[in-house]
Amino acid sequence: MTRNQQLYAWLLLLPALALLTAFTYMPTVATIWHSFTGSGMQDNVGFNLDNYRDLIDDDVFWQVLRNNLIYAAVTVPVSIVLALVMALWVNSKIRGKGALRLAYFTPTILPMISVANIWLFFYTPEIGLFNTILGWFGHKGYNWLGDPNLSLYSLMLMAIWKEAGFFMIFYLAALQGISPDLYQAAELEGAGRWTRFRRITLPLLMPTTLFVLINAFLNAFKLVDHLFILTKGGPNNASNLLLYYIYENAFSFFDTAYASALTVALLLILVVIALIQFGVIERRVHYR
Amino acid sequence: MFKIGKKRLLAAALATLVSGIAQAKTDLTMYYPIAVGGPLTKVVDGMVSDFEKQNPDIHVNAIYAGNYNDARVKALAALKSGQPAQLAVMFSIDVHELMDLHAIIPFDEMAKTPEDKAWLHSFYPALMKNGEVNGKTWGVPFQRSTIVMYYNKDMFRAAGLDPNHPPATWKELVSMGEKLTHKDANGDVTQWGLMIPSTGYPYWMFGALTKENGQVLMNQAGTKTYFDKPAVVEALSFWKSLGTQYHIMPKGTIDWGTLRQNFLDQKTAMMWHSTGNLTAVKNNAKFDFGVAMLPANKEPGSPTGGGNFYLFKHSTPEQREAAFKLVKFMTSPEEAAKWSIATGYMGVSPAAYKTPALESYVKTFPQAAVARDQLKYATAELSTHQSGRVRKLLDDAIQAALTGEESPKAALSSAQKQATRILRRYH
Repeated sequence: MTRNQQLYAWLLLLPALALLTAFTYMPTVATIWHSFTGSGMQDNVGFNLDNYRDLIDDDVFWQVLRNNLIYAAVTVPVSIVLALVMALWVNSKIRGKGALRLAYFTPTILPMISVANIWLFFYTPEIGLFNTILGWFGHKGYNWLGDPNLSLYSLMLMAIWKEAGFFMIFYLAALQGISPDLYQAAELEGAGRWTRFRRITLPLLMPTTLFVLINAFLNAFKLVDHLFILTKGGPNNASNLLLYYIYENAFSFFDTAYASALTVALLLILVVIALIQFGVIERRVHYR
Repeated sequence: MFKIGKKRLLAAALATLVSGIAQAKTDLTMYYPIAVGGPLTKVVDGMVSDFEKQNPDIHVNAIYAGNYNDARVKALAALKSGQPAQLAVMFSIDVHELMDLHAIIPFDEMAKTPEDKAWLHSFYPALMKNGEVNGKTWGVPFQRSTIVMYYNKDMFRAAGLDPNHPPATWKELVSMGEKLTHKDANGDVTQWGLMIPSTGYPYWMFGALTKENGQVLMNQAGTKTYFDKPAVVEALSFWKSLGTQYHIMPKGTIDWGTLRQNFLDQKTAMMWHSTGNLTAVKNNAKFDFGVAMLPANKEPGSPTGGGNFYLFKHSTPEQREAAFKLVKFMTSPEEAAKWSIATGYMGVSPAAYKTPALESYVKTFPQAAVARDQLKYATAELSTHQSGRVRKLLDDAIQAALTGEESPKAALSSAQKQATRILRRYH
């Protein structure tokens, strides 16, 4: 490249770079710095590891971490499989598929907070939808959000309902990009439905799957809007997630230094997940 | 169309310029939260514009800031950014944290004339408890509440109970609650006797139970908590036993946000809730309901709750003067009466209940006076240094006990131990 071209490239990159630096990289560095030098609301009290020592001693931190891992381990695969099934379903030649697509996609376009407010009433034991339905079958129902054994799973149920439709759209687009020739050729060779799905559809969807997987994992760690409405992390932290706990520390307790340490922990987790996904899974992805 | 718009804009700009030259207006920014339902921002805006009419030299920018927590975050963020508000309505229990941040000034600094001093003493003493620290007044009551018991009179009649004799003691609460709890043939409950919410603000409800058991939760200086005192443990055991032993309340936690709907749908005969809900219940109940003071064990009692006015330090003398004037206006008997009728919050001074508006309202709707009458038994709401953290410790302990994860004693001693560690450096 000539010098002029180099300059031109940098100029084109500059706006994005400036924004990223101002709103992503600098805050990240500041957070890491604050986690090592802050105490409570105070800045620069000298380098110390107190925040990290507190973190290791903090039972609630370990609990929210465990909760978050369970949350990811359940919501990610379930919503991806569901999304794929729905995409295959609305991609087939059935009547009213436009309406069906819309129905599956509706949860995605609703704002999380309003959805949570509606689901709060679905979950309410005495007057809620779920227990009313269970009541028709003679079941006395559950205290969905008030039972520590159930509250986290109740959150997951809503998250899956909300997410699956979104991921379906990506699968649907990918499915429509697969050439029908491939299926026709396979059919001539006498391949059954299952074989066609396993040997053609699934491999060709892998790039989409990787994309969806990364998004699903990120969402499992960074989407906590519903906690504000549904449980506030309760009862007794049974449904608390890492990001919500960070919020509590930063804005209810005003312990920004400790919140920074927690944020660094969250960042590390996300980095590890990204490395695994790009390093291990990408080798199995077939790009055309 | 664009032309007219431009002209108007120009005119507006000129007008501001001219008025700016004509009289130097004092600009005030005020944050306020709303924690209960209803179109209350309009009421506040109306009160503020009345104030501006009386004081043309003051311009008030009243900003609705979400719930109490949001309001605190916004006010403190504004403070850090260098464009602070001059006054705000914030949680009455934020006082220690605001003082620790050196964010607020005491009202005693502003109240110098005899009239002002008299005004400062015109409020119900129970409402001043959370605002008074180190012998000074840092918060003046505005939207204040206590917990009261709402009960369904129709259900009382159906159960053969006197609808004008709600339970006055814990014992009666249990015995009446048992009569009010109905089960179907399968043994499933179709109507509960009582619901006390245990999400959102569990420590607040618990403050009522402990006060009724003759014990407060912290010292006035906010440096000590008493979570592991025997009377406190007993109070939590009683709360738990309502679900596990007497079966008059659902087990597990009960949601704060949906409880009112449960009561309105007649799924529970009694509920404990903020007086701030009174107007909403009144407008939506399709049955005959009563409001009662909370039942007593050793004594009657409830914590107060809600928001106080605070004056921020970072402001000019003119702004402080204007902010002080605004607080005096907003808490004056007439405005307090208006606010109380619109919401169900208490009229903050005895004089408010003597205004014609509130007097006649209470006459036609006696339920509105229960919170006021309960004030003589009221105590301060849980408030300490590092309030948020300490509050969460207690909330978690309560929920752990109610859901059966830990015994009340174990949960409370662990909360006390951690609270002591947090508060150690404030002694």
